[in-house]
Amino acid sequence: MNPRTPLLFAVMGLLLVYVGWSQSPSVALGLLTMCLLSAIMALGVNIQWGYAGLFSTGTMGFVALGGLAAVLTSMPHEAENWAAGGPRALFALLVGAGIIVAAVLLWKRLPPGTMRTAAVGGVLAVGFWVYRWLYDPATIAIEGTNTAASGYLGGLGLPILFSWITGALLAAAVAWVIGKISLGLRSDYLAIATLGIAEVIIAVLKNEDWLSRGVRNVNGLPREPVPYEVDLQASPEFIAWAEWLGMDTVEASSLFVKLCFVAIFVVVLGVLMWMSERAWTSPWGRMMRAIRDNETAARAMGKDVKARHLQVFILGSAILGMAGAMLVTLDGLMTPGGYQPLRFTFLIWVMVIVGGSGNNWGSVLGGFLIWFLWVQVEPMGLWVMDLVTGTLAEDSPLRAHLIEAAAHMRLITMGIILLLVLRFAPRGLIPEK
Amino acid sequence: MDILNAFVLLLNFVVVPAVSYGSQLALGALGITLIYGILRFSHFAHGDIMAFSTMSVILATWAMQGAGLSLGPLPTALLAIPLGIAVTAALLLGADRSVYRFYRKVKAKPIIVVMASLGVMFVVNGLVRFIIGPDDQDFADGARFLFTVREFRDFTGLDEGLGLRTTQVITVVVTVLVVWALFWFLNRTRTGKSMRAFSDNEDLALLSGINPERVVTVTWIIVAALITICGVLYGLDKSFKPFTYFQLLLPMFAAAILGGMGSPVGAVAGAYVIAFSEVAVTYAYRKVLEYLLPADWAPEGLVQLLGTDYKFAVSFVLLVIVLLIRPTGIFKGQTL
Repeated sequence: MNPRTPLLFAVMGLLLVYVGWSQSPSVALGLLTMCLLSAIMALGVNIQWGYAGLFSTGTMGFVALGGLAAVLTSMPHEAENWAAGGPRALFALLVGAGIIVAAVLLWKRLPPGTMRTAAVGGVLAVGFWVYRWLYDPATIAIEGTNTAASGYLGGLGLPILFSWITGALLAAAVAWVIGKISLGLRSDYLAIATLGIAEVIIAVLKNEDWLSRGVRNVNGLPREPVPYEVDLQASPEFIAWAEWLGMDTVEASSLFVKLCFVAIFVVVLGVLMWMSERAWTSPWGRMMRAIRDNETAARAMGKDVKARHLQVFILGSAILGMAGAMLVTLDGLMTPGGYQPLRFTFLIWVMVIVGGSGNNWGSVLGGFLIWFLWVQVEPMGLWVMDLVTGTLAEDSPLRAHLIEAAAHMRLITMGIILLLVLRFAPRGLIPEK
Repeated sequence: MDILNAFVLLLNFVVVPAVSYGSQLALGALGITLIYGILRFSHFAHGDIMAFSTMSVILATWAMQGAGLSLGPLPTALLAIPLGIAVTAALLLGADRSVYRFYRKVKAKPIIVVMASLGVMFVVNGLVRFIIGPDDQDFADGARFLFTVREFRDFTGLDEGLGLRTTQVITVVVTVLVVWALFWFLNRTRTGKSMRAFSDNEDLALLSGINPERVVTVTWIIVAALITICGVLYGLDKSFKPFTYFQLLLPMFAAAILGGMGSPVGAVAGAYVIAFSEVAVTYAYRKVLEYLLPADWAPEGLVQLLGTDYKFAVSFVLLVIVLLIRPTGIFKGQTL
C-alpha cells in the first residue's frame, strides 16, 4: 500500500468529523452513506478503466438498471395487472429476443451478399411487426389497470437486500449484450456508444410504464433490515435507550437508521474492496494490466483480449448495478427522471481520475472526497456569494440571481478539480504504483 | 387527391422538420469533425460550448430588443450572432491555451485529452447554469410563419396543410451559406489548404513550414462560428435549454462518425441521415396510411415505429451499425 493512503483517508475522516461537529452529526452520517455508495460506484468504474483501460460512459445506465432491479425485486406483486397482460408482455419480450438471435444467426451463417442483407432485413421487419402485435395490447392492458395506484406489474415481493444481487445480475446481463456489440470499437467511439446506451436505458425506464411506472415513479420501497424512524419512535425499548443516552427520540431514531445504512454499506464496500484487491494482485490482474498497457503484446502471448475486455466490462457494470440498487434502497424511491449523466456518469469518472485510476484505494478515496465536495461546495458557494454581494442592496436583482445560482458553483468546481488533477497529478491522489 | 394529401402530410411532419433538424446537426457535426481532423480528439464539451455560445447570443438579443433594435420579420438574434461568435472564440481559445495546448505539447494520448474536455464540459456547463440558469429561454421574435397550414389549405384546397416556419427557412438558407463558405475556405484559400495538409499528414505539413499553432487557432475560430450558428438556429427553431444542448452531443457525434470522422462532407451527409431516420422512425404514420389505403384497411394504432422519447436509440443504432459494418464511416474519415 502507498504510504500516503492512510494519511489521506485520515484527512478525509477529519473532514467528515468536522462537518459532524460544525453542522450536525446527522448531516455527517448522511454524507458518509453517500460517500460509501460513491466509493462503490468508483470501484466499478475503476475496474473498467483502471484495470482494463475501457472508456465507458454508460455508468448512469447500469446504476439505473440496479434501481430497476430494486423495484422488480422488492415491490409487492400486482396480481390484477399481471392478469391483465403480464404473461403476454413477457412472451412478447421473449419473442423479441428470439427474433434478434435469429437475425444474428442468419447474418453469421449466410454468405455475404444482397441475399443475406435481404434475409436479415426481412426477419427483422416481420419480427418487429409480430413483436409489436404481441407487445402493444399487453402493455396497454397492464398500464390501464389501476393506473392511479399501480399501473405496472409490481415486483416479486422479496426482501430488498436480494435486489443488490439481482441488480448486479441485471446490469451484468445488459453489459454482456452491450459489450458484445460495442467493445470492438476504438476508445472514444466506445465512449460515445455507451453514452448513447445509457440514454436509451433511461428512456426505457421513463417510458415503459408497465415495467416501473415510468416518470410516475415508484415510492415506498420497503427497506426491511433497516427499521423505519416512526417505528423506532413508537418502540418503548428504543425510547428508553434514547433517554439513557440523553438524546431526543426523533433525532436518535434518525441517527440510528443512518448508522444502520453506514454499517451495511461498510460491509459491502469492504467485501468488494477485498475481492478487487485480490483480483488486482492475482495473475488475472496482471494479465488485465498487460492487456491494458500493450494489447498487441498481450495478444501475441495468447491472451484473448476481446473476451477479457468483455469480462471486465461485465464485472464493473455488475458493481455499478449493485450500487444502483443500494441507492434506491437508501432513498426508498425510484425516479427515472433523476438520472442525469453529469451526476451519475461524469461525476463518477471525476472520482476515479482524481482518486487515482488503477488503484482501488485511490478510487475509494476519490469517491469519498468528490462526493464530499459535491455536497459541501454548495454551502461554501452560498457563503462566498454572500460575501461578494454583501455590498449590494438586499433587494438587488443581481444579488438574488447570484445567490440562487450559487448551487451551480459545484459543477464549475468539479471541472476545475478534474482539469487540475489531469494537468498536475495525472495519476491521481493515490497513484497506481 | 388522397395521394397528394398523404404527400403533404409527410412533407409537413417528416421532410421539413428533418431537413431543418439535419441542417442544425450538420453544423454541429462539422465542428466535431474539424476538431477531430486537426486536433485529433473527440470534443466532448461540444454540446455545452454550444449552450454557452447560444446563451451569449440570447443575452445580446435581449439587450438589443431592450434597445428597440429589430430586423423586422427576421429574428433579432441573427444580429447578435457575430458577437456570440466572438465570445465563443474567446472561450475556446482560452480553453485551448489553458488546457488543450499542454497535452498537444506532451503528445498525450487522445483519450487523456478527451478527459480534459470532460473537465471543460463541467466548467462550461456550470457557467451556463450560473449565468442563465437551467430553464428554457425564449428569444425568438419576428414573423413566426412564412405561410401557415391554414393558408396553405385555403390556397390549394387540400385537406392537409403544410406550414413553413420562418426559422426553418432561415436554418436551411444559413446552413447552405455556411457550408458553402466552409468548403470554399478549405479548398480555395491558403489557410484552408494548410489546414487540410495538417490534417492529412502532420509531419509533412510541419516540414513545409505550416505553423501548427496558427492552424489550431483558425480551427477553433471556425468551430466557434459553426457552433454558435448551430446553437442559435436550434434555439430559434425549437427552444434553448442547457440540458437539451448537452444531449445533442450524441446525435452530433453519431453524424460525424457516421459520415467518417474528419470528413466534412461526411459530417453533413451523416447529419441528414441521422435527422431523417430520427424523424421518420418516431413519426406516427396512421393518417398517411388512412389516405393511401382503402377505407376498411385503415390501421387501428398510431403506426409509430418508436416513441419520440426513443430518438436517442436511433442515433445509437445507426452509429453501431456503421461502426460494425464500415468503421471508417460512409466517406472515409481521418483527413479533411
